[in-house]
Amino acid sequence: MNTHQAAAPGHADADAHDRGGFTLRTYLTGFVLAAILTAVPFWIVMTGAIPGAGTARAVVIAFAIAQIIVQTVTFLHVNARAQGGWTLLAYVFTAVLLVITIAGSIWIMYHLNANMMPGMMGDPTVSPAP
Amino acid sequence: MSQSVADTAAPLEFYQLEDDGVVHDSGTLLGFWIYLMSDALLFATVFATFGVLSSSFAGGPGPRELFDLGLVAVNTSILLLSALTCGLAMISMQGGRLGATQLWLAVTALLGMAFVGIELHEFSEMIAEGATPQRSGYLSGFFTLVGTHGLHVTFGVIWIAVMLVQLRQRGLHQENRRRLLCLSMFWHFLDVIWIGVFTFVYLLGML
Repeated sequence: MNTHQAAAPGHADADAHDRGGFTLRTYLTGFVLAAILTAVPFWIVMTGAIPGAGTARAVVIAFAIAQIIVQTVTFLHVNARAQGGWTLLAYVFTAVLLVITIAGSIWIMYHLNANMMPGMMGDPTVSPAP
Repeated sequence: MSQSVADTAAPLEFYQLEDDGVVHDSGTLLGFWIYLMSDALLFATVFATFGVLSSSFAGGPGPRELFDLGLVAVNTSILLLSALTCGLAMISMQGGRLGATQLWLAVTALLGMAFVGIELHEFSEMIAEGATPQRSGYLSGFFTLVGTHGLHVTFGVIWIAVMLVQLRQRGLHQENRRRLLCLSMFWHFLDVIWIGVFTFVYLLGML
């Protein structure tokens, strides 16, 4: 509370905008951008507009990341000022853990699978490679 | 600092404004945000499990045989629309319009129920075809990931129902405003998680 008492009136306006100042404009912007960022990857996959599977994957993932950022900013109102920056800090920290968990698991298990092909597991029914 | 408060009348006016519109209970909102982030880590582990098992079909059906992208597109639109109506509820709350807040919350809940209903329909069709969670590692991962998200949406709908009762009985007082802000964060968070689900499970599965 003390920090609020010490704050200048201008700070109160900024604070209101950070935490509770929802505007229709913000929400509509977020909604339209999210709709576009959803429609395009669905269109790409449903019509096969991008022939190469690898390229199509990369594009679809890029659209997903873009939409996550759009929704975080417009719907969840995350920015560097909200809650003195703690919201953003927790968000970034979570994103780092999320990437490590998901990418790390898939990477490790992929290599595990690749190294456990039949013939390398000491399976008695399969003769080992000479 | 107490001097500066005593010197001017501005701080008093500041408190008055606080009660009128914006909720300044930063403790609860930040705490709830930390909960959402830990929930994101829960989803991270489920996403990782699904990713690891994403090609473990065990001779069972794969994404191409199982999914109807049109239905997923409809469901995605419903959830995105519900995010907008949830936002409209927050704007109404900010303006102190109780009726509009209740209306938009009710619409959000109905869209949420439609989302869960379509998802359950999809699940029941898959299970009827023999694509049960026990069929393969891939399907176990699929049902765990999509089911966990669906369960969250279900609890979100229950939360909205509880808030509608609260609003009806007590109106838009400070505590209810704070609860509604937490609810809207929860709802928007679920929409963000769904981006990951429709991208990694459905779209990348079909490619």
